[in-house]
Amino acid sequence: MADDKTNAAEYWKANVRLIFGCLAVWAFVSYGCAILFRPLLAGIPVGGTDLGFWFAQQGSILTFIVLIFFYAWKMNKLDQKFGLGE
Amino acid sequence: MSQFAINLLFVGASFALYIGIAIWARAGSTKDFYVAGGGVHPITNGMATAADWMSAASFISMAGLLASGGYANSTFLMGWTGGYVILAMLLAPYLRKFGKFTVPDFIGDRFYSNTARLVAIVCLIVASVTYVIGQMTGAGVAFSRFLEVSNTWGIWLAALIVFLYAVFGGMKGITYTQVAQYIVLIIAYTIPAVFIAFQLTGNPIPMFGMFSTHTESGLPLLAKLDDVVSALGFRDYTADVDNKLNMVLFTLSLMVGTAGLPHVIIRFFTVPKVADARWSAGWALVFIALLYLTAPAVGSMARLNLATTVYPEMAGQVENYEEAAQNPILYEERPDWVRTWEETGLISFNDLNNDGRIQMYNDAADYSDRGWEGNELTVNNDILVLANPEIANLPGWVIGLIAAGGIAAALSTAAGLLLAISSAISHDLIKTMINPKISEKGEMLAARISMGGAILLATYLGLNPPGFAAQTVALAFGIAGASLFPALMMGIFSKRMNNSGAIAGMLAGLICTLLYIFTYLGWFFIPDTNTLANTPDNWIFGISPLSFGAVGAMINFAVAFAVSRVTAAPPQEIQDLVESVRYPKGAGMAIDH
Repeated sequence: MADDKTNAAEYWKANVRLIFGCLAVWAFVSYGCAILFRPLLAGIPVGGTDLGFWFAQQGSILTFIVLIFFYAWKMNKLDQKFGLGE
Repeated sequence: MSQFAINLLFVGASFALYIGIAIWARAGSTKDFYVAGGGVHPITNGMATAADWMSAASFISMAGLLASGGYANSTFLMGWTGGYVILAMLLAPYLRKFGKFTVPDFIGDRFYSNTARLVAIVCLIVASVTYVIGQMTGAGVAFSRFLEVSNTWGIWLAALIVFLYAVFGGMKGITYTQVAQYIVLIIAYTIPAVFIAFQLTGNPIPMFGMFSTHTESGLPLLAKLDDVVSALGFRDYTADVDNKLNMVLFTLSLMVGTAGLPHVIIRFFTVPKVADARWSAGWALVFIALLYLTAPAVGSMARLNLATTVYPEMAGQVENYEEAAQNPILYEERPDWVRTWEETGLISFNDLNNDGRIQMYNDAADYSDRGWEGNELTVNNDILVLANPEIANLPGWVIGLIAAGGIAAALSTAAGLLLAISSAISHDLIKTMINPKISEKGEMLAARISMGGAILLATYLGLNPPGFAAQTVALAFGIAGASLFPALMMGIFSKRMNNSGAIAGMLAGLICTLLYIFTYLGWFFIPDTNTLANTPDNWIFGISPLSFGAVGAMINFAVAFAVSRVTAAPPQEIQDLVESVRYPKGAGMAIDH
């Protein structure tokens, strides 16, 4: 029982760590690249405008998709590793 | 065949399809009615979620918003998609594991309090009702433009169709009609966009065309667009925004609001497993992105098309924009699509300087040296998508498709919202709080009656839209983001969060957000009752009332945290409940209780 508990706690910790990592990327591309750091990225041209504009209108959405699938894939592995899947 | 007959054929065929699905997918139990039996494939659910989420506003208005606002309105693109990332990681899998039917179910059980449940029910109903008004009016507009019936008949017709498949099929009927509606709306949206992208850039994929070369001028499309709009006194399309704080908070508000809207959350209760809820969120975003990556291309290309229609000399390689601006088209020579839309009043022309030509420019700029006396062409943003096939000279069947697509977008979202409302009434209010002994049959009947009632209310509000309909979107997102989202998240991620903390947090977030919105937009949205004028100078730290949801959410978290530390920890069985939602093991189907 104690083992089950540590096991579960480890699983949850790993999940929270993974979420933190994913949300850091999530915030970096949307609030960072697309909004706050746009002036810094102004020197990188993309199709008639700059990289920040591309992130605001396409790049962040594409990153979001990758993030969710990456998270789902990682969590499936965690579920198996800790034996907590269905 | 006349255009009217073609429209009728397309819309009629799509309705026949929805009703056919409704007959096939009748709900036999409350589980069918609330969560479609709990056995929906994650990709199917992703597609249904995309249709559920993309409303008349996404389909019709999004491209217009981007066309008029350029870079500044990227907030909508990021906000309405980024919410799915937090939904997938912070809410959906755990709420699926919890395994009940509604959002108030979780809040009431987790915070062992009927007060918390009631607050959640009220938030859910207010957010969903305000949202559904826009869907009914959107469907009304689409009907009256394409089927030449009056707005009133259009709304009644929409209500009847939703009634047929939502009341009989419940979530089961809604799920499969939403899949069909997604397919209709995405095809309708993409086809004209592909043609326009190909005409302007030679690249048939709109999202790539937007960043490639404009064939006629040889310049990158966005650079060309910047040149053209700045010659007409507008801000550059790609111009940066000064108030970054507000832009960040607005995007964040839309994201947490998206993650907290109940009609989206309950879609994830329909998949068989916890892992499916995670995959399903990814698929939902893929299907949403198909439209949201096309929308900015439609917006920018439509803006350029409109400008070069009015100023033909600006289309090619331009030496001197000042000269090119001198020769706009004669009003008598305007293209057919302008004539068609003039009849609806959504485009209007007023020859202020009586030269018989159309001057379209930013009124705030002074061009009296060009002999211009004011902007003469007013174009409603909402027509861009609807008029796209005509602008690109596409055949009549594409127009019919757009009509069916716009109506599909409105109906699919309306149905999802109505289900969220009716389940909150029949399940949370009647079954859980008022009469726990109600039979399965009785609950089904109650669910169907409350669905019928909700449809009547939505129809009434669609026919008599309160004058503030446009502002209420801020209300829906504010409520969902500032009260429901933080409560749900803390219920999962903080074992120490107790009933007093959650209730205090929800109320604090809700009340602060409402006060801030009402101060600038009018008390209870009654016009002219606002305490302060809604201008950036008056906003606290430059935060617009529409962006306040994110601040409300932070207040909610802070208050809940503080109150929970000074009150008793939740009982052991609640802490065990939190443990159990964190691990997928033993989820099973959504349980009846």
